[in-house]
Amino acid sequence: MLDCGLDMTSTLNFLPLPLVQSPRLSKLPGWVLKDGSMFLDKELKECSGHVFVDSVPEFCLPETELLDLSTVDVILISNYHCMMALPYITEYTGFTGTVYATEPTVQIGRLLMEELVNSIERVPKAQSASMWKNKEVQRLLPAPLKDAVEVSMWRKCYTMPEVNAALSKIQLVGYSQKIELFGAVQVTPLSSGYALGSSNWIIQSHYEKVSYVSGSSLLTTHPQPMDQASLKNSDVLILTGLTQIPTANPDGMVGEFCSNLAMTVRNGGNVLVPCYPSGVIYDLLECLYQYIDSAGLSNVPFYFISPVANSSLEFSQIFAEWLCHNKQTKVYLPEPPFPHAELIQTNKLKHYPSIHGDFSNDFKQPCVVFTGHPSLRFGDVVHFMELWGKSSLNTVIFTEPDFSYLDALAPYQPLAMKCVYCPIDTRLNFIQVSKLLKEVQPLHVVCPEQYTQPPPTQSHRTDLMIDCQPPAMSYRRAEVLTLPYKRRYEKIEIMPDLADSLVPLEIKPGISLATVSAVLHTKDNKHLPPKPPQPPASKKRKRVSDDVPEGKSLKPLLSGSIPMDQFVQTLEKHGFSDVKVEDTAKGHIVLLQEAETLIQLEEDSTHIICDNDEPLRVKLRDLVLKFLQKF
Amino acid sequence: MFSWFFLLFCDVFLVFCDVSLLFCCCPGAGQDVGRSCILVSIAGKNVMLDCGMHMGYNDDRRFPDFSYITQNGRLTDFLDCVIISHFHLDHCGALPYFSEMVGYDGPIYMSHPTKAICPILLEDYRKITVDKKGETNFFTSQMIKDCMKKVVAVHLHQTVQVDEELEIKAYYAGHVLGAAMFQIKVGCESVVYTGDYNMTPDRHLGAAWIDKCRPDLLITESTYATTIRDSKRCRERDFLKKVHETVERGGKVLIPVFALGRAQELCILLETFWERMNLKAPIYFSTGLTEKANHYYKLFITWTNQKIRKTFVQRNMFEFKHIKAFDRAFADNPGPMVVFATPGMLHAGQSLQIFRKWAGNEKNMVIMPGYCVQGTVGHKILSGQRKLEMEGRQILEVKMQVEYMSFSAHADAKGIMQLIRQAEPRNVLLVHGEAKKMEFLRQKIEQEFHVSCFMPANGETTTILTNPSIPVDISLGLLKRETAIGAAPDAKKPKLMHGTLLMKDNSFRLVSPEQALKELGLAEHQLRFTCRVHIQDPRKEHETVLRVYNHLKGILKDYSVQHLPDGSITVESILIQATAHSEDQGTKVLLVSWTYQDEELGSYLTSLLKKGLPQSTP
Repeated sequence: MLDCGLDMTSTLNFLPLPLVQSPRLSKLPGWVLKDGSMFLDKELKECSGHVFVDSVPEFCLPETELLDLSTVDVILISNYHCMMALPYITEYTGFTGTVYATEPTVQIGRLLMEELVNSIERVPKAQSASMWKNKEVQRLLPAPLKDAVEVSMWRKCYTMPEVNAALSKIQLVGYSQKIELFGAVQVTPLSSGYALGSSNWIIQSHYEKVSYVSGSSLLTTHPQPMDQASLKNSDVLILTGLTQIPTANPDGMVGEFCSNLAMTVRNGGNVLVPCYPSGVIYDLLECLYQYIDSAGLSNVPFYFISPVANSSLEFSQIFAEWLCHNKQTKVYLPEPPFPHAELIQTNKLKHYPSIHGDFSNDFKQPCVVFTGHPSLRFGDVVHFMELWGKSSLNTVIFTEPDFSYLDALAPYQPLAMKCVYCPIDTRLNFIQVSKLLKEVQPLHVVCPEQYTQPPPTQSHRTDLMIDCQPPAMSYRRAEVLTLPYKRRYEKIEIMPDLADSLVPLEIKPGISLATVSAVLHTKDNKHLPPKPPQPPASKKRKRVSDDVPEGKSLKPLLSGSIPMDQFVQTLEKHGFSDVKVEDTAKGHIVLLQEAETLIQLEEDSTHIICDNDEPLRVKLRDLVLKFLQKF
Repeated sequence: MFSWFFLLFCDVFLVFCDVSLLFCCCPGAGQDVGRSCILVSIAGKNVMLDCGMHMGYNDDRRFPDFSYITQNGRLTDFLDCVIISHFHLDHCGALPYFSEMVGYDGPIYMSHPTKAICPILLEDYRKITVDKKGETNFFTSQMIKDCMKKVVAVHLHQTVQVDEELEIKAYYAGHVLGAAMFQIKVGCESVVYTGDYNMTPDRHLGAAWIDKCRPDLLITESTYATTIRDSKRCRERDFLKKVHETVERGGKVLIPVFALGRAQELCILLETFWERMNLKAPIYFSTGLTEKANHYYKLFITWTNQKIRKTFVQRNMFEFKHIKAFDRAFADNPGPMVVFATPGMLHAGQSLQIFRKWAGNEKNMVIMPGYCVQGTVGHKILSGQRKLEMEGRQILEVKMQVEYMSFSAHADAKGIMQLIRQAEPRNVLLVHGEAKKMEFLRQKIEQEFHVSCFMPANGETTTILTNPSIPVDISLGLLKRETAIGAAPDAKKPKLMHGTLLMKDNSFRLVSPEQALKELGLAEHQLRFTCRVHIQDPRKEHETVLRVYNHLKGILKDYSVQHLPDGSITVESILIQATAHSEDQGTKVLLVSWTYQDEELGSYLTSLLKKGLPQSTP
């Protein structure tokens, strides 16, 4: 199984979870059906012209119905965003296999999960709505609730013990490490350049190579650059995790981010940046580190609020081996690879586990706050939205591309606060994809259906799709795809003792061959070195002609042709004095008159017709075989 | 053809060793420190393992003799790569000399922490040698920098493809920060070089680990070849007790250390002890390197042990509360104190200065936590010398207590055996140890594991014959067919396989005979036999046939015997037809016809039919 992501856009259908009792959110009117029935008013609330579920937020899981997950042996994780559904899989489906991921992926993945669990558990919600999920009821609801898919499969967030149990099933791997799976295939993670420890995977046997490219980036940010060379010679390349915002240029967005931030702060407003606790935030902090002095922002406090803020900042500094070259060299000095260490030291950046406690004492405005969750449905960000939403001086800047910012903002409308959308998605865009495909030249490309056609909202943009030869094969949710590839060879090893017994024969210049008869053992999917067949036990041998031959003993195929004259000479040499030769249309007939034996010689066949005289027949057989090559 | 085959099967390892085997005069301190430098030649690839220098010498003997490698010709042409196991100078000290002064431009592989720390130690060493001792003909700072540019850093477990055939892989060795063991592999032949390693986790590092990689040769260090060290806890308690006693009676404790490695472990030990006992005596760490060193530990925390890695966010073990930077003036301060000072063997620098100041007072103590090379002050005092001749013919009388405490993280005999058990090598080669002790270990290894064990002297070449198997591509068609033919569907049962090995250029492919013929553009030659078998049977032909059919059916239970409508019988693909004898109606002639591929069955059938049919068939 490749990756294990969690669809969190489902949470957009839920009401935000405020940290501090919010009078606005607690007094929302219940939603009433057109016919006036009120039975859903406890579960659904109307807010800013939209209907939201008033319940603990739920997530949409990967498909688990279609296949029996206990038959999955291995899960390969490509980056920390793609493992958020792991606890659901490892703890509830009977999955007993192994999960492979790099160390930064696991550590940062743990932080993301921890933050998620923490921000949801911190605000206990009494009710868990389920009535609206009834198919009959859902049909009556307004969009987007009406169109939400697989709502019955939506699940509440997991707990910390489940996270720990899931993570304990992960086996840590390093880039370019070759991992043998059951002797059948070898998997290797490669740097994908998207995030700390993010990887593409190569799944290969001796002759087949499948590359799984997911969430890769060719841009220079903090992680190690993408390893493209190792993807070459793939038979199949599975391509997914492309940029969600193909039209936005990340560099431009960062510039816009900085200027909007500076403008707001200069005007005395506050800036809110809803973000994940790891990833792009490191790059943003690095940009700001270079920017704040020149922009005259050195006295503006930057706050990073997350239950895992400290861990995230600390962890980022110890994964030097997974960072880009520049950052690696810094560690050799030795200096921390990320400049946010200096921001913290100089008190420009402060981090807090939550808005409660120390933060409320230190809090100074105007300021810049980085906090989660980007969906604006839970986490400390909800508080800041409520707090700052009413003033047009303030700005919220969206940088994470996972959620539509309009949907995210829906329950907060009407807003006086400025909203700026600067999605920073460093993953591959379509131009980079075609460059990459040209570079690595896979035989076949497999990708989700969405990538093979222009986005539905911009159907004229034919440049926003994958263009390659042969055309990419696409797949849809719950579809089975057969790959047009046939295995032909496997590798075995021939041990010296067997090799010694071989008699190679040069058939054509430069081509030799030898017939091999050997006993083949298969163990753990590996074909062990074949051994020369053991001669049958001597006891049996004596009566071998009396026994019914066991099974089918394999005789080699023959090839070649028999030269008439030499054959006759040989016969005569072996005591056949009355050889007579007749020509036929296709060859010759050799007659051994006394023995009443007939040998038909043709280009590609020899037929010995004789009386039941076994010694004679065997003798003739061996004479014929002398002229032929065995295969 | 045959000589070519011979070459293929008898590949040879050559291992040249350049490991000085040395001294042990101090009781209980039987270690040596040589210059580790091993040349391995495996399947035509030449790899140099470590490039150490000897700290006991100040002349040419300091560096390995690289003319061993190649007398004429450039090193770069001869060596495919150089691998450095860890940053100790006896493993990397000669590297700038080797790459910049002798001349080598190929790749040098080491772990990330080694790459970070190694140049600092080299520079430190260069300063002592050149600036303080005034030696010339030594490498320069620029040479160290240029040398480090040739270094490629490797991750743990990453398989690095040096070229198309040669690959190397690093394993965790636990000796110092960033210490690694390396597997060198060409085709199916492989060597594992351990460097220095430690099989028991300590306060800041984890234990060495390797998978069951079954190398043809394991080159292991054998510093503690015969020792089975007492438990670590005991040694730690002992150390703390001695330090504590000295401090209690107002004495000063000097601990000469190398900036990285043991120093950090001892700091963690003292730090926790001070905290627990609420001690007030100051602990100092000699300046410069050491603070920086702790910083390296912070940044490379992923290379430390599980416990430190888990807790580093809450409390970084390498941020010490009680340990402060040392200033030269502090040495004259009254009252107790503990000082960690470099270098570790008291041969120069700050540790020697402090030693000279404190040596005269019997209340003070010097604790040597590691090995000392002959010729150094450390070695002299450990071997019991109490009157030392210093520069300028001054005699220094040593009244302070001298303690030796082994904290160096090498594997002991138990650990070495454990590693051999883990890796399951076919041959073992012992290096970096003392001859007598190595001999004892050699016997033990040969007894317990039944593998050959070698211990070459310096400059000696060991040749190990390997028995490499030949990788062959087998066509899946053949493999599947053979699997299907196997009578019982028992996967564990060995199957007889028949195929044709095609050898073209350098590729070997095992394919089915049919495919081989097809690929070579040859037609199959069919060899067919038809035997006349005479049977006495007065009955009608079709009745005879029926009798034959029943007879065969009865005997050949595992075969498909069929009676065809046209009156013939088939057994598998063998055809039997009956005709009446042209002269004798009472004799029937059975024509049994088969191809060479059915030879055995055909031959069997004729002899069976020759014996006639059973007399009474109802």
